[in-house]
Amino acid sequence: MLVVLGVFFPFAAAGLIPLLYRLIPNRRIGWFVMAVPLVLFAGLLSIVPGIAAGKTANVTVPWIPDAGIDLAFHIDGLSMIFGLLITGVGSLVVLYSIHYLSERESLGHFYAYLLLFMGAMLGVVFSDNLMVLYAFWELTSISSFLLIAFWYHRKGSRYGARKSMLITVFGGIGMLAGFLMLYSMTGTFSIRETITLAPELSEQPLYLAAMILVMLGAFTKSAQFPFHIWLPDAMEAPTPVSAYLHSATMVKAGIYLIARFTPIFGGESTWFWTVSLIGIVTLLWGSFNAVKQNDLKALLAYSTISQLGLIMSLLGFGSAALAAGTDAEQVLLAQAGFAALFYMVNHSTFKGLLFMIVGIVDHELGTRDIRRLGGLMALMPVSFTLAVIGSFSMAGLPPFNGFLGKEMFFQAAVTVSSGNPFTADGAALLFPVVGWIASVFTFIYCMIIVYRTFLGPRQPEKVDRLPHEAPKGMLVSPAVLALFVVGIFFFPNLAGKYLIGPAMPAVFPTLAGKPGLVPHIQAWHGFNTPLLMTIGVIAAGIILFVTFRHWRLIYRFPPFRWNLDTVYRGLIGGMETGSTLITKRYMSGNLRDYFVYIYVFFLAAAGGSLFLKGAFKPDFRMETIAVYEVTFVLIMTFAALAMPFVKSRITATLLNGVLGYSIAIFFIFFRAPDLALTQTVIETVTTVLFLLCFHFLPDWKPERAPARTKIINGLIALGAGAVVTGFALTVKGYVVFDSISGYFEDSYTLAGGKNIVNAILGDFRAFDTMLEVVVLFIAGIGVYTLIVLKAKKGGGDIEGK
Amino acid sequence: MEVHMIILTGVLVTVAVYLLLSRNMIRMILGTAVLSHAVHLLLITMGGAAEGHVPLLGESDGPYVDALPQALILTAIVISFATTAFLLVLAYRTYEETGTDDLNYLRRVRRE
Amino acid sequence: MKGNDVILRTVSRIVVFIILTFGVELFLSGHNNPGGGFIGGLVLSSALVLLYVVFDIETVHQGVPLDFKKVAAFGAMLAVLSGTAAAVLGHPFLSQGFGYFDLPIFGVTELTTVTIFEAGVALTVIGTVETIILSISKDV
Repeated sequence: MLVVLGVFFPFAAAGLIPLLYRLIPNRRIGWFVMAVPLVLFAGLLSIVPGIAAGKTANVTVPWIPDAGIDLAFHIDGLSMIFGLLITGVGSLVVLYSIHYLSERESLGHFYAYLLLFMGAMLGVVFSDNLMVLYAFWELTSISSFLLIAFWYHRKGSRYGARKSMLITVFGGIGMLAGFLMLYSMTGTFSIRETITLAPELSEQPLYLAAMILVMLGAFTKSAQFPFHIWLPDAMEAPTPVSAYLHSATMVKAGIYLIARFTPIFGGESTWFWTVSLIGIVTLLWGSFNAVKQNDLKALLAYSTISQLGLIMSLLGFGSAALAAGTDAEQVLLAQAGFAALFYMVNHSTFKGLLFMIVGIVDHELGTRDIRRLGGLMALMPVSFTLAVIGSFSMAGLPPFNGFLGKEMFFQAAVTVSSGNPFTADGAALLFPVVGWIASVFTFIYCMIIVYRTFLGPRQPEKVDRLPHEAPKGMLVSPAVLALFVVGIFFFPNLAGKYLIGPAMPAVFPTLAGKPGLVPHIQAWHGFNTPLLMTIGVIAAGIILFVTFRHWRLIYRFPPFRWNLDTVYRGLIGGMETGSTLITKRYMSGNLRDYFVYIYVFFLAAAGGSLFLKGAFKPDFRMETIAVYEVTFVLIMTFAALAMPFVKSRITATLLNGVLGYSIAIFFIFFRAPDLALTQTVIETVTTVLFLLCFHFLPDWKPERAPARTKIINGLIALGAGAVVTGFALTVKGYVVFDSISGYFEDSYTLAGGKNIVNAILGDFRAFDTMLEVVVLFIAGIGVYTLIVLKAKKGGGDIEGK
Repeated sequence: MEVHMIILTGVLVTVAVYLLLSRNMIRMILGTAVLSHAVHLLLITMGGAAEGHVPLLGESDGPYVDALPQALILTAIVISFATTAFLLVLAYRTYEETGTDDLNYLRRVRRE
Repeated sequence: MKGNDVILRTVSRIVVFIILTFGVELFLSGHNNPGGGFIGGLVLSSALVLLYVVFDIETVHQGVPLDFKKVAAFGAMLAVLSGTAAAVLGHPFLSQGFGYFDLPIFGVTELTTVTIFEAGVALTVIGTVETIILSISKDV
């Protein structure tokens, strides 16, 4: 039960924020917000020992049981890692934002969105039900949209928000289709039950399609090539948001999805190749592009893309374990999965730290452009130290956790290239080679962050402020993260045993309990291949960094200058202009044209199918008809036919009245006293309304349309009348179903009323009546608004307020 | 009498559509009014002719005419009243603002 | 709309009350006989329209000091809430109940929740019709 409360706690808090913000309309509101993730973090920590011992926490609250959709939550080792990241980094980010955001910002909105995101993200990682997971998944996209567009007056923010939304929701819908395919194969929405059924799935025809669609969702969310283009534009968000959503948590949702679905799809060669290749390409492309960036945040965005690719490729390597033959091979390949999760935790620490430092630089100098920065070391010594810790860790240098992660990555790449179940030839050699090249670029941009910002010559003439060290409050959060960066290096097995190890059975359920599944992490492991690769990276990196200005020209030549943004803009722009063109073609703005479309379509579809399908079987059996009935039929026919030709609108209105009152009389013939009464009163009120409105409208002139138009109108009208008549005559002769009206004749026993019509209106079908009353009310309010609230003459339009 | 009623409905629909296609707003609104008359007639006719008693349990022992179309029509009458009223007011407010009741000219009117 | 026809005024004073009584009768009898919320509401509002035609708006407003927008809103709300009550008690939304009670003067009487629902309908009809007519008239 606590799990459910945990997920819904942030939502409840988000709902309370508007009220709270009225009481505390300044930055102190952040302290209350911070309590939410802190409490959740403490709660999760308290069950870590249990989870590490192999227990899980489950709770299911029925939601839509008929559709198999329940609020099923499940915490195992894998969701625990994410839960701790979401709440832990969340607390630090809120703390940081208290000092980062100005009090003039609408903090209420900011924190409400942030909490909304937090709840949604916890929902994603704790859900065991695919539909619930999908709902939370899209909710993270929506809250991310709101947070990117937080400074909505900027064009770039709106552009970035829309772009991220379009791409991630596009992937999300694909993922939903994949989930539904899985459901059609298994008959359950529960992830855990799906995993138990996994061995039987791979023969099914939809298996491959479902796999690709699920990957699509994961790749768009985690900004994998070629969907990575939204992440750099998402950097328009306030820096705490970038640190939280776009490096530490939301972009890792795709990683979570891939890890979570490894037991279902892992062990398939398609899965292995797609995940590994997309990951490794993203790693290379991201790090290569990061080097050429001038904006520090854009640099970090590309670096995030690249490292998400690294984690993704590790998960791909690891999935091979499920297809490997011997126990030893399985355990060896599964180390890649371990490395992925370990690297992910590390990445959250050092990348969050770096984002916060960039935020501090931006906050103090008003710019993040490295061409205007330099020499800040003396002015901001603490920030400098923290930046060095973060960058060197990212570059893979000791004594920071990034070193361990990078070594494990090299080891895994070497392992998978030297032996995996899917390739015998040297194709897999690609992985360590590309990984190594990408690491060189990673090393270069890490050096750029440190040197171009904090070392080198100062350029005071290019910044308009005198920079100084950030307030202590802003330094606390990055310092805590730096502590983890160093701490994990010295005590990696603490994390391995309590955090990463318990997640391994969730990713590799068939390997659970095998010895050596959770490795002993060592910083020093002799002069083996990974260490040599690291030394190579450092050597090549330093050379290339020093000679950077000589070779940066290559970014001007294809394919290095290619940018997928062009494709995106072309697609979106093309769709917009295309739809505008098509719409302008037929939306003439003339009401008659639209009626013509409707009736011509009606004639073609209804009339056409009636005659072409041979369904037209008119039933001309004449029943007896009384003289007075004939009289009224004739009266109505003449009144109707006269209407288009009369000269005065008063006459036309009175003819309409004749039709209305005659219908009331027909209602009496048809034994419908309620209808006759209503029709009489309504016809009176309607006629009064027409006459009232004529006071304001000019008398009508004779129709001066060209004869051709009149003939077309007449033909369409005749056609419509004929089709309706034909249908009615045909339907009259058919009795396909028994009437359901017998049921309503029990109205006295069922509803206590003897008037059946009234019982239907008030009881059997009261819902219709209720909605009708609401429609009536809306029409009344509409009339009132049109008349009473109209803009005063010459008072300007409403948009001007 | 059903055949007569159905043909009458056809006539009403023809007139209504012809009025709807006109360029004068009042003609158009009258068209909607006539169209709803036509639909009400059609519904009550298709519900079965007058073979039965008034659907009041206190009045007779049955058989009764079908009460369901009656309930539907009652709803429809009130709704069509609401839309007619709204359309009328929309028409005259449009005339007040733009000075024309001709739908062909209306789309050329732009507010400064 | 100021009329000054003496005969019309004199007759209307009496006729209006007949129509009002008829409207209430229609509203109450709707359960077992022709009538009900719609018709009752419509007849009641036509009585009010007659008053507005014969006397001017201000005079009628002194006698019937109602804001008809609010009447319509209250009616619509009543109709919706009467259904919600059933939902709260665990029945499907808009379930109606009825029972027979032995009341002191009326004898055995049927009381139903439909009456509440119908009252909402009638009030919405009255409120909407009057709002429409009054809005247009005031615009003159």
